[in-house]
Amino acid sequence: MELFWYIIIATILTVFFILDGYDFGAGIIHLFFAKKEKDKEVITKSAGLFWDSNEVWLVAAGGTLFMAFPTFYASVFSGFYLPLIIVLWLIIFRAMGLEFRGQFSYQMWKDIWDKSFGISSLLLAFFFGVALGNIVRGVNLGAVENGVSVHEGHFFFLPLWNSDFSPLNETPGVIDWFTIIIGLISVVVLAIHGANWIVLKTKSSINEKLKTIVFRLNIVLLLLTILSVIVWLNINPNAFSNFVERPYLFVFPLVYLSGLIGLFFIKRLEKDIYSFILSTLLIIGGITASLASLFPVILPSTNNVNESLTIYNTAASEYGLSVALNWGIIGFILLFVYMIIQKRLMGGKIDDMDYGH
Amino acid sequence: MEDMIFYDRLQFAFTITFHYIFPQLTMGLSLMIVYFKWKFLRNKIEKYNNAAKFFMKIFAVNFTMGVITGIPMEFQFGTNWAKFSELTGGIIGQTLAMEGTFSFFLESSFLALFIFGEKLMGQKLHFLTGFLVFLGSWGSGYFILATNAWMQHPVGYEILDNGTYVLENFSALFKNPWLLPTFLHNQMASLITSAFVVASIGAFYILRNKNKEYGKLFLKTGVVFGFTASVLVAFPTGDWNAKNVAKYQPASFAAMEGIFETEPKGAEIVLIGQPNMVEKKLDNKIAVPNILSFLTYQEWDRQILGMDKFKKEELPDNIPALYYAYHIMVGLGTIFIGIMGLSAFFLWRKKLYTIKPLLWGIMFLVPFPYIANLTGWYVAELGRQPYLVYGLLKTSDGISPTVSSGNTLFTLLGFVALYMLLGLLFLVLVGKTIHQGPKPQKH
Ligand code: HDD
Ligand code: HEM
Ligand code: HEM
Repeated sequence: MELFWYIIIATILTVFFILDGYDFGAGIIHLFFAKKEKDKEVITKSAGLFWDSNEVWLVAAGGTLFMAFPTFYASVFSGFYLPLIIVLWLIIFRAMGLEFRGQFSYQMWKDIWDKSFGISSLLLAFFFGVALGNIVRGVNLGAVENGVSVHEGHFFFLPLWNSDFSPLNETPGVIDWFTIIIGLISVVVLAIHGANWIVLKTKSSINEKLKTIVFRLNIVLLLLTILSVIVWLNINPNAFSNFVERPYLFVFPLVYLSGLIGLFFIKRLEKDIYSFILSTLLIIGGITASLASLFPVILPSTNNVNESLTIYNTAASEYGLSVALNWGIIGFILLFVYMIIQKRLMGGKIDDMDYGH
Repeated sequence: MEDMIFYDRLQFAFTITFHYIFPQLTMGLSLMIVYFKWKFLRNKIEKYNNAAKFFMKIFAVNFTMGVITGIPMEFQFGTNWAKFSELTGGIIGQTLAMEGTFSFFLESSFLALFIFGEKLMGQKLHFLTGFLVFLGSWGSGYFILATNAWMQHPVGYEILDNGTYVLENFSALFKNPWLLPTFLHNQMASLITSAFVVASIGAFYILRNKNKEYGKLFLKTGVVFGFTASVLVAFPTGDWNAKNVAKYQPASFAAMEGIFETEPKGAEIVLIGQPNMVEKKLDNKIAVPNILSFLTYQEWDRQILGMDKFKKEELPDNIPALYYAYHIMVGLGTIFIGIMGLSAFFLWRKKLYTIKPLLWGIMFLVPFPYIANLTGWYVAELGRQPYLVYGLLKTSDGISPTVSSGNTLFTLLGFVALYMLLGLLFLVLVGKTIHQGPKPQKH
C-alpha cells in the first residue's frame, strides 16, 4: 500500500514538473532570449494560459503527500522551512508576472512583470533542483550534535548554507556545491523543455534560434550530468547500489539518457512535438532515477544516530491508505481527463488566442 | 516556546485572513455567474450573457489571488504546524487531498475554458463549463470545511499509543454533525459577499449614470440574492451553528455569548456590553432575560453554563476578541437583513433605482460582508482555543519543534509585505474592470 501511494505521488510530482516545468522554462528563455515585444507577449501567453491548471498538480502532490506520509510531510516542510517559504514567494511573484503583464499597455509596467516572471521562474527552477539535491544527499535528522539528538529523530532544521558550502559537513546546508550542481541541471533541463514548448506552441520569431540554443544547452547538460555523477560517487560511494542490486531500475537513467541523446538531433526532427517529448523524457528520467537510487528511503540521514526516513516509517495507517485509494483512483482518472480535455481544446499554436483581457 | 506559538498563530491568522478575502467572493460569484448564464440560455437576451462574462473577469482576478494565497496555506500545515501534521495528517490529509484532486482541478481547468472557449463550444457547453467552475469552488469549500469540522469536533478516529491519530471510519468525516451546518452557513455567507459586490457595482453605475442598463440588472440581481442569503444565513443556518457550539463546545459558547456567571435558571441574551476580564463581568450591559435559553433549547428556563463552571485551561484564551467577533458578526447579519429587506421592498414597489441614499448605502456597504465573514471565522477559530483539535490536542503541542520564532517572524514580515503589494494590485485591477464596464448593449 505504501509503495502504491509512493508511486502515485511520484507520478503526480513528475507530471507537475513536466507541465509547470515548461512554463518555468518559458520564463527562463523569456528572460534571456526574448527581445521583441511580440515574442515576449506570446511567450508569456504560452505560459500564462496554463500555469494555474499546472500548479494544481503541486497542490495535489502536497495534499496526497500530507495524507499518505504525514511524518515525512511534517519533517521535510518544517526542516526546509526557509527555502520552502522563499519558493512560495517566488511562486507568487511568477503568477503576478503572468497575470498582470497584459493588464496595462505601459512599457514600464510590462517590463516590471516580465522581469518578475523571468527571474522567479529561473530561481524556482534552480530551487526545485536544489530540493532534489537535498533529498538525495540527506540531512542531519534529529539535529544530532556530538552523538545526541536535539529533536525527535525525524525532525531537523536546515540552514540555507553553512560556512564551507560542503555536502560532507555533518549538518549540511540547503545550498552546497553538490546541490548547486543539481540546481543548475534543473535550470538547464527546464530551459530546454521551455524552449521546446515555445517552439511547439507559438509562432515566435526566435523559434529557429531556439533550436540552436537547445542544442548548445544540451552540451552543457551533458557535462553537468557527468560532473554530478562523479561528485556524487565521491560523496557517497554506495550511491548506485540500488541499481546494482536491481538492474531493472536502470530503465530510469536510460530514459534520461535517451532524452539527452535524442536532443542532439533536434534540428533533424520532423515535428516539434518530438523534441518536446524528448525533454519530457529528461524530466521523467531525472526524477525517477534519483528516487530509484534512494528507494525505499525518501530522506537519508547523514548521521548514524537516527534512521533514514523511508516510505514505511512515515506512512499513515493501512486503513487510511486503503480508503484513500477508493477516491484516489477516481480522482486521478478525472485529473487526467480534465488535463486532456483542456489541452485538446487549447491545442495548436496559441498566438491568436484571446487572452481574455 | 511561548513566542514560538505566538508567531506561528499570528502568521497563520494573517495568511488565512488574507486568503479568505478571495474564496468567499469566488464561491458566491460563481453561483451568480451560473445564474446569469442560465437566464441567457432561457431568454437569449445578450445583456445576461455580457453580465456573466463581465463578472467572470472579476472572478478570474479574484481566483488567481485565491490560488496564490491558498498554496501557502497548504504548505503552512507542514512548515509551521509540523507536529500537528504528523499526528493528524492521516485524517485531515484525506479531506485536504480530496480538495486538491477533485475541486481545484475542476475549477481551474474549466475556468480557462469558460474564459477562452465561448466561441469554440457553443452556448450550452459554455454554460456547462461555468457550472463546473461553480461545482469546483463549492467543492473546495466543502472539503476544507470538512477538514475544519474535524478540528472543531473530531470524529471517526483512533489514538495510538504514540499519540498519532489514525482514521478509523472514513465516512464519519462527512457525516460529522458539525459539517453540514457550517457548510451551509458559510456558503450563504459567501453568497452575501458576492451579492453585495454585484449590487454595489450596479448602484455605482446607476449613480454615475453610466452603463445604466447593466446597473439596474446588477442591482436587482444583487438585492434578490442578497436578501435571500441574508435571511438564510441567520435562520436556519446561523441558529443551527449556535446550537452546535452550545452542544459540543459549551465553554466557547459561554465565552462568545459573554456569560460570566451561570444563572440558576434561564439565561439572558446580551445585546451590548464590554467584557471586563478583571472583574469577570460585562460592563454597560443591555440584555434581555431568558431569550438565549429559548433560542438555544426552545425552553425558557433551561440553564446554560457560564464561564465560571469551566476550568481556566478549558476556556478560550482570548475571550474579549471572541465575544466581540461574535457580536459583530451577528450585528452585521441583522443590519444586512434590514438593508437588503428595505431594498427588496422598494424593488418590488419599483422605486429602488431612484432612491439615492439607499443606492449610496448599498455602494459603500461592500466591506461589511467581508468583515462579517472574517469575524465569523474568528469566532470559530478563537472559540476552538486552547485546542487545535477540540478537546484532544492543545495548540501549543502542534507547532513545528525545529522552527525558531525568529524564522517565523522573518517569514511573517515577508508575507505582510508581499500581501500588501498583492492587495493593492488586486484593487487596481478590479477597479479597472469595473471602470471599463461590461460591453454596452447592442440595439
Ligand atoms: C456574512 C457573513 C455572516 C453573517 C451575516 C453571519 N455569519 Fe455566522 N459565520 C460566518 C459568517 C456570517 C462564517 C464566516 O462563514 C462562519 C465561520 C465558520 C463558518 O462556517 O461560518 C460563521 C460561523 C458562525 C458560528 C459558528 C462559530 C463556531 O464554529 O464556533 C455561529 C454560531 C454563527 N456563525 C452564528 C451566526 C448567527 C446567529 C448569525 C445571525 C445573524 C450569523 N452567524 C450571521
Ligand atoms: C477562512 C477562514 C478562516 C479564518 C479567518 C481563520 C482564522 C484563524 C485564526 C484567527 C487563527 C489563529 C487563532 C488564534 O491565534 O487564537 C487560526 C488558526 C488556525 N486555523 Fe483557522 N481560520 C479559517 C479557516 C480555517 C480552516 C478551514 C482550517 C482547517 C482546514 C483552519 C485551521 C487552522 C489552524 C491549523 C490554525 C492554527 C492553530 C491555532 O492557532 O489554533 N482554519 N485560524
Ligand atoms: C487552512 C485553510 C485553508 C487552506 C489550507 C486552503 C488552501 C487553498 C489552496 C492551496 C488554494 C489554491 C488552490 C489551487 O491551486 O487552485 C486555495 C484556493 C481556494 N480556497 Fe482555500 N484554503 C483554506 C481556507 C479556505 C476556506 C475556509 C475556504 C472556504 C470555505 C477556501 C476555499 C478556497 C477556494 C474556493 C479556492 C479556489 C480559489 C479561489 O476560489 O479563489 N479556502 N485554498
